[in-house]
Amino acid sequence: MTSLQKFLGATAALALSAGAALAEPALIFDLGGKFDKSFNEAAYNGATRWAEETGNTFRDIELQSEAQREQALRRFAEAGANPIVMTGFAFGDALGQVAGDYPETDFVIIDMVVDAPNVRSVVFNEHEGSYLVGMLAAKASASGTVGFIGGMDIPLIRKFACGYAQGVKAVNPDATVIANMTGTTPAAWNDPVKGSELTKAQISQGADVVYAAAGGTGVGVLQTAADEDILSIGVDSNQNHLHPGKVLTSMLKRVDNAVYQAMTDGPGMEKGFNVMGLANGGVGYALDENNAELVDDSMQAAVDAAAEQIASGELAVHDYTSDDSCPALSF
Amino acid sequence: MDVMPKWAEVALVPLISLILAAVLSALVILAIGEDPLEAVNLMVTGALGSTYGWGYTLYYATNFLFTGLAVSVAFHAGLFNIGGEGQAMLGGLGVALACLLIPWPHWSLALLGASLAGALFGAAWAAIPAFLQAKRGSHIVITTIMFNFIGAAVLNYVLVNLMRPAGQMDPATARFPDTTNLPTLHDILAPLGIAFSKSAPANVTFLIALLACVLVWFLLWRTWLGYEIRSYGKSEPAARYGGISPVAITMIAMLISGGLAGLMAINNVMGEAERLVLNAVEGAGFIGIAVALMGRSHPFGVLLAAILFGFLYQGGAELALWTSIPRELIVVIQALVILFTGALDNMVRMPLERLFLMLRRSRA
Repeated sequence: MTSLQKFLGATAALALSAGAALAEPALIFDLGGKFDKSFNEAAYNGATRWAEETGNTFRDIELQSEAQREQALRRFAEAGANPIVMTGFAFGDALGQVAGDYPETDFVIIDMVVDAPNVRSVVFNEHEGSYLVGMLAAKASASGTVGFIGGMDIPLIRKFACGYAQGVKAVNPDATVIANMTGTTPAAWNDPVKGSELTKAQISQGADVVYAAAGGTGVGVLQTAADEDILSIGVDSNQNHLHPGKVLTSMLKRVDNAVYQAMTDGPGMEKGFNVMGLANGGVGYALDENNAELVDDSMQAAVDAAAEQIASGELAVHDYTSDDSCPALSF
Repeated sequence: MDVMPKWAEVALVPLISLILAAVLSALVILAIGEDPLEAVNLMVTGALGSTYGWGYTLYYATNFLFTGLAVSVAFHAGLFNIGGEGQAMLGGLGVALACLLIPWPHWSLALLGASLAGALFGAAWAAIPAFLQAKRGSHIVITTIMFNFIGAAVLNYVLVNLMRPAGQMDPATARFPDTTNLPTLHDILAPLGIAFSKSAPANVTFLIALLACVLVWFLLWRTWLGYEIRSYGKSEPAARYGGISPVAITMIAMLISGGLAGLMAINNVMGEAERLVLNAVEGAGFIGIAVALMGRSHPFGVLLAAILFGFLYQGGAELALWTSIPRELIVVIQALVILFTGALDNMVRMPLERLFLMLRRSRA
């Protein structure tokens, strides 16, 4: 291969010049990958929606290694991509290093706050959305035991779990919440088989509603819940359609809207700190024809009332990451 | 008697394997509707066409050098250490602790201390499987791979619960102080009048990796200990008959192996990220196995193989940046190289051996 490549490398012109003059936006996916049916895919959907509506194109890359974070940021910025959108808190450190070097480029980071004049930081109140689906879980549960399956044991996922447990306890203070994490390596975000096993284990402990916040692993959780005839709750994207009548609801995290908005605003967008919560439709729960029979009017009324209270500030849901502790669940 | 001349063994077999892998990769790229020549061109210019590309290629190569050497040393003792991943992970923990807890006055001292800590932690993580193998006969392949998962769990716990700065979302340590930042190749080469890319992560650790290559070579082929390791690896009964203690050799070889894997952390943790993140190692421990296989467990071969894999990583990144070739396919290309150079080695070797035999017979 080496001799062949040397020959080709010598004869062919610099191919990189092709990418030198692009002014299109760029989207960088985290290590979970573009089509995880969840977080990254939501970002991809938002960008695709923008591309279809405007007829423009965007560049994207799925990372393979940690060292590529800064590399991808710099390469896109040097190639003139603007704005550059990235999904995931893990970009925070790299962006903090890079943003100052490219003052003309706008950056948008999701799930993390980076304080720089050319960065828009978008964070979501996942605990609020999780609180609502927790209430639904407690109302739908006959056994009084509900489950939570996270990806890795990291603060972000504890934030989901903590909001969920608070919602459950708000409806039924005696309810039991079983929380499990899938694994300790990044493979935990994409391990449907393990998700399935954990679901079975939680069912054997009495759980009859299971909430998955585990990226691609959730596909296995939802599948097993449907097979074993219990209810499940999807995450990030609306996953109700995966098993109609078996998925109680999905906790929506509108990453797609954040990406769509960023690309629509384009270069010169408003920077700063954006909190996407219940108040501005950044999070919520999914209700469509696939779960209409599972969520009755009284359940919906109770959850909507809580949502209004949270949005108005009347009801505060504790955010795990604010002080690394949770009143409703111990890790 | 060797059937093939040495040059064929060392150069021709890997070269033909690589060409086969390249041809298959080209077919795969063609099948998804991209231009393979364009792809190759992108990979070569992206990885080797600029000091920026070299900076990344050498950065990855440094990681693979350490893990490749780690696998090689164990392999010479007949031990298949596939725990490089976990050992490098724990090495990262050692490096992070050394950088965060001790106020180093200068990077050279910090490098020395961090190397020591990384190697110690890596060696400690290899010590338990080694002990179980030496004393209890628990198979090293099973125990080392299990220790990878235990290592990941330990790191996860430590980062989330103990070493994460309060309120930080990212499961990572704080940034290391500036005095522990290692000079990059840019800083090293600038006084020599060579302009090396500023943003590339290759750093002084590359030189340490080269030094490690020489030391491993010296250890294996120029010392008593190396002789004992190699003879134990060739035949345990013969070594025992010659008065070599299997327990001692198993332990020593695995400690050196784990130490080398742990040393990798000075490159990725201290040199690049300057903080410890959760998946700092990202598979370099496993790539090390392929690198050692391809390099025939010889330090020089390991060096070449590590650079090849560094090229594949950086070239693959460029491919992902500028084409719509999905990242899974880039993994397929890397896997093809591993498959042909490692697993399907005999497929190339045996026909070649037959060819050389025929040549020799016709000459005789």
